[in-house]
Amino acid sequence: MAELLERTGLPAARPVTMAAALNQALSDSLAADDSMLILGEDVGTLGGVFRITDGLAAKFGDHRVVDTPLAESGIVGTAIGMAMNGLRPVVEMQFDAFAYPAFEQITSHLAKLHNRSRGAISLPIVIRIPYGGGIGGVEHHCDSSEVYYTATPGLRVVSPATPGDAYTLLRQAIESPDPVIFLEPKRRYWSSETVQLDRTGPAIDRAVVRRSGSDATLISYGGTLSTALEAATAAAEDGWDLGVIDLRSLSPFDDETVCAAVRRTGRAVVIHEASGFCGYGAEVVARVTEQCFHHLQAPILRVTGFDIPYAPPTLEEHHLPGVDRILDAVERLQWNDTVTPPRDRA
Amino acid sequence: MSILSAVPSAPSDVVHRRDLLPSSVPLRFLDSDGHWNACGALFQPADHELVALHRAMVIGRRFDTQAVALVKQGRLAVYPSSRGQDACQVGSVLALRRQDWLFPTYRDSVALITRGLAPVEVLTLLRGDWHCGYDPYKFRVAPQCTPLATNCLHAVGLAHAARFKGEDTVALVLLGDGATSEGDTHEALNFAAVWKAPVVFLVQNNGYAISVPLSKQTAAPTLAHKGIGYGIPSLRVDGNDAAAVYSAVKEAAESARAGGGPTLIEAVTYRMDAHTNADDATRYRSAAEVELWRTRDPIDRLQGYLVARHLLDEHALAAVHAEAEAFAAEVRESLSEDACRDPADLFRFVYTEPTAALRAQNAQLAAELAAADHG
Repeated sequence: MAELLERTGLPAARPVTMAAALNQALSDSLAADDSMLILGEDVGTLGGVFRITDGLAAKFGDHRVVDTPLAESGIVGTAIGMAMNGLRPVVEMQFDAFAYPAFEQITSHLAKLHNRSRGAISLPIVIRIPYGGGIGGVEHHCDSSEVYYTATPGLRVVSPATPGDAYTLLRQAIESPDPVIFLEPKRRYWSSETVQLDRTGPAIDRAVVRRSGSDATLISYGGTLSTALEAATAAAEDGWDLGVIDLRSLSPFDDETVCAAVRRTGRAVVIHEASGFCGYGAEVVARVTEQCFHHLQAPILRVTGFDIPYAPPTLEEHHLPGVDRILDAVERLQWNDTVTPPRDRA
Repeated sequence: MSILSAVPSAPSDVVHRRDLLPSSVPLRFLDSDGHWNACGALFQPADHELVALHRAMVIGRRFDTQAVALVKQGRLAVYPSSRGQDACQVGSVLALRRQDWLFPTYRDSVALITRGLAPVEVLTLLRGDWHCGYDPYKFRVAPQCTPLATNCLHAVGLAHAARFKGEDTVALVLLGDGATSEGDTHEALNFAAVWKAPVVFLVQNNGYAISVPLSKQTAAPTLAHKGIGYGIPSLRVDGNDAAAVYSAVKEAAESARAGGGPTLIEAVTYRMDAHTNADDATRYRSAAEVELWRTRDPIDRLQGYLVARHLLDEHALAAVHAEAEAFAAEVRESLSEDACRDPADLFRFVYTEPTAALRAQNAQLAAELAAADHG
């Protein structure tokens, strides 16, 4: 009944930015669960450097929206202790690279305590990390750090690509009994979408088809999903019918949705802005190839950032995968081996 | 306006908190000869509390020697002995109440035994059967920490959550001299002080971090001096005096419970055995040093005092040792049977519900095992 009321009580679809959607998700979660609290640097009075927690301390009190000392291991370590004692902390890391001091607490404790204690200890903690570049940030502010977390069993790793999904995924992450690394593509914070915010939607561990297509499948997530969609739109003008998958959940990986799409098209490109070497795309290519080999018409290609430390602001445009680089990869999918390239069809 | 005039002057109300500093010598009631000294800074434990401390130390020591023997017999993979630190292990735990939490390290098995955990569950980690062998919520004991210092933050978070929920809980975290160099210790002291979290930090300073002596670990006058920078009152106690450890932890816990925030206690003690059975302590410390500390044995010290005061007679002493022997027999018996090790457990607890990939890997392993059985 409460569910029904909440759903019917939702406002109609309206334009909302990803930042506002995340703020709404936090606000609604704080209202729904007294055991939830937010921890982080500048999250209280200031509302966070990206204003994701704007107004929440005033609304819920500084005991629930806590400005912590400036120490990331301390934030995650104390959040673990709080969760052991029944609270549901949502942690904000200020920037991707500033989360590294918390690495030991995340990998050795947050990820493992449920397993170490044979399920006695549950740690329903969400660690929100604004990640990636594209905003002209200086060094240590633009890392794509997803594989550090996806390589760690025991963590769920998700990344929303749209404002609506940012709301849904964050509500799901906060309700998840497992620890969740919640990667927010900071260059999409100010993107807007007309959408009805809804906590129900695809499950937390499912990918979604953002655009169906029959010629090739673009697989992406987070900050590069919109670039993949732009590429598909541009390709359509040339007569190519490209599908786009939004992974949403990087760990666990939704083999079913991705493989179904690739089996239909036989061709795929994986796109992310993190470095390619040992990058997330390598895992995607490997597991899709293992499961879809006889459906593939071409090797799956990757379009990724270069294997360099993140570029300085005035050079970052060269580093980030753009529409042209994606279309180049699509062209290299050995169209001439088996079929006529779509652009050459009469 | 000059740059200098723009710099805010030091506030005139900075309080020089000498009261946060430890005493010049470690606090103690009992000296090495078993003589009782007045220690005005600490409350004096009652006689029955001293008798209880002695009993628990005798049982704890017997457990420790039994565990060392089990390693030699190949029934434990490894065991870090706490022999010599008995007063810290027992005194700190007996100062806790049921609703308090203990955050131990791998060297604190005797503390866990004193807390009431079953020996087989305590030794599961060191036997290699699982990472943590007990339910942390049953006796309010967190899994033993092996990376060091990380447990300090967990203790602060748990204690802060207790205050958040209005619960009457104090967290005691055990760490060693080496762990005071780790960043997490400092972050934990700072968070605890800022939040006034009900936490007691007990540093068992046994002189060595495996082989590295304290002189290479810190330039601070004492480890207790590290508290003042965080605004935390700090004590330095004789870690081989069970009465002093017990009293200091109990007072710190009561202060925390009353809203006084955290306390840092440095207990000066010594690890009589090597780091573990895999270590060779003769490579880094002299026999003379070990012999000196043998004369400061925490059990002998308290026992001598209790006997002299007729709080312990031959009969009672024999009864305590009989109890310890019976406990050692229980330890041997409980470890004589192989643990039930189910390979499916490897996949069961990674997430609340196993993922599809983990279910597939579990099935693969099960098929391999079935094939091996039929092969």
